[in-house]
Amino acid sequence: MADAVFVGMPKRMVGLSIDGRDVEVVEGSTILDACRRMAIDTPTLCQLDNLTPINVCRVCVVELEGSRVLVPACSRKVEAGMKVRTDSKRVRHSRRLVLELLGSSVDMSLCSPEVRGWMARYGAEPDRFGAVATVAQPVKVDNDLYVRDYSRCILCYKCVEACGVDAQNTFAIGVAGRGFDAHISTEFDVGLPDSACVYCGNCIGVCPTGALMFKSEHDMRAAGTWDESAQNVTETVCPYCGVGCMLELHVQDNTIVKVTSPLDHSVTAGHLCVKGRFGFEFVQRRRGE
Amino acid sequence: MDIRTTGGPATAEEMAAVDSLLGPADSLWSGGERRPADDHVAYGGRSRRSQRHLLLPVLHAIQDRIGWVSRGALEYACRRLSIPPAEAFGVVSFYARFALHDRGPLALHVCDDVACKCAGADEICARLESTVGPAGGAWHRSACLGLCDVAPAALVERSGAAHEERQLGSITFEEADGILRGGAWPREAARPMPRQRGRMLRRIGEYDPDSLDGYLSVGGFEALARARDVGAEAVIREVTDARLLGRGGAAFPTGRKWESVAKAVARPHYLVCNADESEPGTFKDRVLMESDPFAVVEGMAIAAFATGCDKGFVYIRTEYPLARKRIENAIAQTSARGLLDIDIEVRRGAGVYICGEETALFNSIEGKRGEPRNKPPFPVEVGLFGKPTLPNNVETLVNMLDIVVGGGAAFVSIGTKDSSGTRQFCVSGDVERPGLYEVAMGTPLRALLDMAGSHKLQAVLLGGAAGSFLTPEQVDVPLSFEGTRAIGATLGSGAVIVFGETADMKQVLLRIARFFRDESCGQCVPCRVGTKRQEEILERMLASHGGDSRADVMLLSDIAQAMRDASICGLGQTAASAIASGLTQLKVLNG
Ligand SMILES: Cc1cc2nc3c(=O)[nH]c(=O)nc-3n(C[C@H](O)[C@H](O)[C@H](O)COP(=O)(O)O)c2cc1C
Ligand code: SF4
Ligand code: SF4
Ligand code: SF4
Ligand code: FES
Ligand code: FES
Repeated sequence: MADAVFVGMPKRMVGLSIDGRDVEVVEGSTILDACRRMAIDTPTLCQLDNLTPINVCRVCVVELEGSRVLVPACSRKVEAGMKVRTDSKRVRHSRRLVLELLGSSVDMSLCSPEVRGWMARYGAEPDRFGAVATVAQPVKVDNDLYVRDYSRCILCYKCVEACGVDAQNTFAIGVAGRGFDAHISTEFDVGLPDSACVYCGNCIGVCPTGALMFKSEHDMRAAGTWDESAQNVTETVCPYCGVGCMLELHVQDNTIVKVTSPLDHSVTAGHLCVKGRFGFEFVQRRRGE
Repeated sequence: MDIRTTGGPATAEEMAAVDSLLGPADSLWSGGERRPADDHVAYGGRSRRSQRHLLLPVLHAIQDRIGWVSRGALEYACRRLSIPPAEAFGVVSFYARFALHDRGPLALHVCDDVACKCAGADEICARLESTVGPAGGAWHRSACLGLCDVAPAALVERSGAAHEERQLGSITFEEADGILRGGAWPREAARPMPRQRGRMLRRIGEYDPDSLDGYLSVGGFEALARARDVGAEAVIREVTDARLLGRGGAAFPTGRKWESVAKAVARPHYLVCNADESEPGTFKDRVLMESDPFAVVEGMAIAAFATGCDKGFVYIRTEYPLARKRIENAIAQTSARGLLDIDIEVRRGAGVYICGEETALFNSIEGKRGEPRNKPPFPVEVGLFGKPTLPNNVETLVNMLDIVVGGGAAFVSIGTKDSSGTRQFCVSGDVERPGLYEVAMGTPLRALLDMAGSHKLQAVLLGGAAGSFLTPEQVDVPLSFEGTRAIGATLGSGAVIVFGETADMKQVLLRIARFFRDESCGQCVPCRVGTKRQEEILERMLASHGGDSRADVMLLSDIAQAMRDASICGLGQTAASAIASGLTQLKVLNG
């Protein structure tokens, strides 16, 4: 007889109520997981399924009965008997203010349509703060592979997590400074070629604002030729090594313009290395060139 | 992890500064010379990475010796401790204490915070600006230095092999100017005696704070002996019966906290004495540490005994060099005499207010950016180094001596039903007798103001920048947790800043707004951007004369609500309270 296989402790189910409706989820889930189970659309900016919750953006806050302050849905674990409200006046107010405060200081024009949807839903009007301090600054172009435009950065810490223990373990970038002056930086703000960066592009993969961008995309946007409607996405497997990472080649005019990998892919969890991410030039080296 | 360093090498002196703490580098792998064996064996890994918590002490060593932290120096520290340079840069640039460019060996920090403002600090700063040049070179504007009883205050230091620093009180422009011209430093700030004492302050001035024998002669270590006699459980029971609420600002029941730590299964347990005291207008912990340091150590020993802590830390703000020296000495003498069961280590803050928040403080001790953690989990379960931790304020711990000796029942006989014991109040601003007052909880604010000598009162800021303003009509409020809560105020840290008729309250409000914008750690959006917008809007409102400010009042209250509701920590949650109370209570808008 084969040896017994340990399949782990059975997970208990935890019951809670969200917006007056009861739901059961496995213990260890977050309130966000429970909201998703119930198809309650919850805004998130610093949360990503393949990163450790860091709960800094506060756009996902919900009202929890018995708690003086609102709690972040993305990191707060469910407990039996919790009573949660996701659409109360207080929740709507804080979500609106988070989006407004960010919008007043950061260029969010390249955020996903989802983010714009939340801004509309919560009635965010960043302009009402008037002429105020922003994080505007020139784009950093210091290598051929990707650019960093921190005037778009909402400081969600995702790139730092991806570069650090959540994926890459390279630690080329970190959060520097304090308060409104806090920003993403290499050591002493040296250019990427002088930093520890290995150009895996995993930070680009998680950035929700377009602050980190393939240089190809950046150049095409500058030239006015970037056109997502004219792009095809071709799924393939990385040709370099035996790991078998899945690649999504974004192709416009028969040229690869960027490479991504799906976040929910069992091999990559969205992360690649420099070869899969940027090593595609040979594909488009055409005969006679 | 592969540490890539591309900056220049550290200078010999920078390396000496780091080595003074860590000892010489033993291989190429830790930043030393290449030895033949290094080509074959790599040293490091976990044993080196586990020294991460020494990053701040190492940075202090560099800053003290060199006057700033260069790229070469930081990278050498990174190699020694196996920290990625980008992460270490994030740490060094977080703390106000560390300079990232060479600004010369001499640094004069002039306090322009609320209490010093009342004492003429703005004029000193304005004159320095016109004679010496703008702040940021050799002189700097500083938030409260915890010397508000001798305002206007300053701190001067000179880096070098023998780093010198001195706390200065009642400073004049001439003195500040003289220092910056290379002249002799004025005498160390006076240390006025407490103005009003209860049991807790009775030892102050009664013994030499540098002498353990002196402390023993006034009954020192009787409380610890008694605690050992009755046992840990009995001590916790007395603390619970004493209904002591934490004196650090959050007013959490101390007995409950102790019980949780004592029961926590995970090991080791850590004790952290929070001596970061940076709330503007607060200096009680400084007085206790400077004048009764052994009592702080004894309080820690009792806490560690009762809750089973295996190691203790005292985190003292860097602007308190005398307190640090006295506490270090008290620990050394006490443990040399065999009176301490646990190892207590002194850690030095690095010039940021947020590190007084307990979880930010843990991160700071761990060598990280002082960013508060989201709670839960609470420190009693997951605290310093991820272990069960008991964080207590200095005053809370000193209270233990009387609770253990006199018992919980005697302790509750003083004060009110919900606020037992006495409390230290730090009175500063426009009063004849600024200083520390120990009074029973529930004493009316008016009585305190009378003792301190206040005339032509305009307003009181109770609880520091995180507190709120009271008008002359409100000074009958009893100084207890429940009494202040009833009028929407808070005792906070025990700061009582008094403003006379002539004080410019607009400038005071602006200073508070600047304080929060400056001190926000920057982690969460409501506070990072909210404190910035709050400052901008307030500037705009107070500058305009007459105009309609209703839209701006609305914006401020919108921001305030989001900061209160959605911020991670108490800083953001209270960053609007003083300003909101100031705008409604004080007549600042119609002029
Ligand atoms: C922004 C902020 C600053 C704080 N600063 C201090 C401080 O300087 N000293 C202190 O004892 N507690 C401070 N606290 C409170 C601590 O987080 C914690 O509650 C306290 O140290 C617990 O000790 P206690 O229970 O003895 O009061 C601060 C809290 C916040 C939110
Ligand atoms: S490209 Fe990779 S190594 Fe470079 S900063 Fe981004 S995540 Fe880090
Ligand atoms: S660069 Fe992008 S991923 Fe990184 S913190 Fe900014 S917005 Fe987030
Ligand atoms: S509230 Fe402010 S100080 Fe506290 S964690 Fe958020 S940004 Fe940092
Ligand atoms: S998504 Fe929850 S705090 Fe950012
Ligand atoms: S020392 Fe200046 S305000 Fe406290």
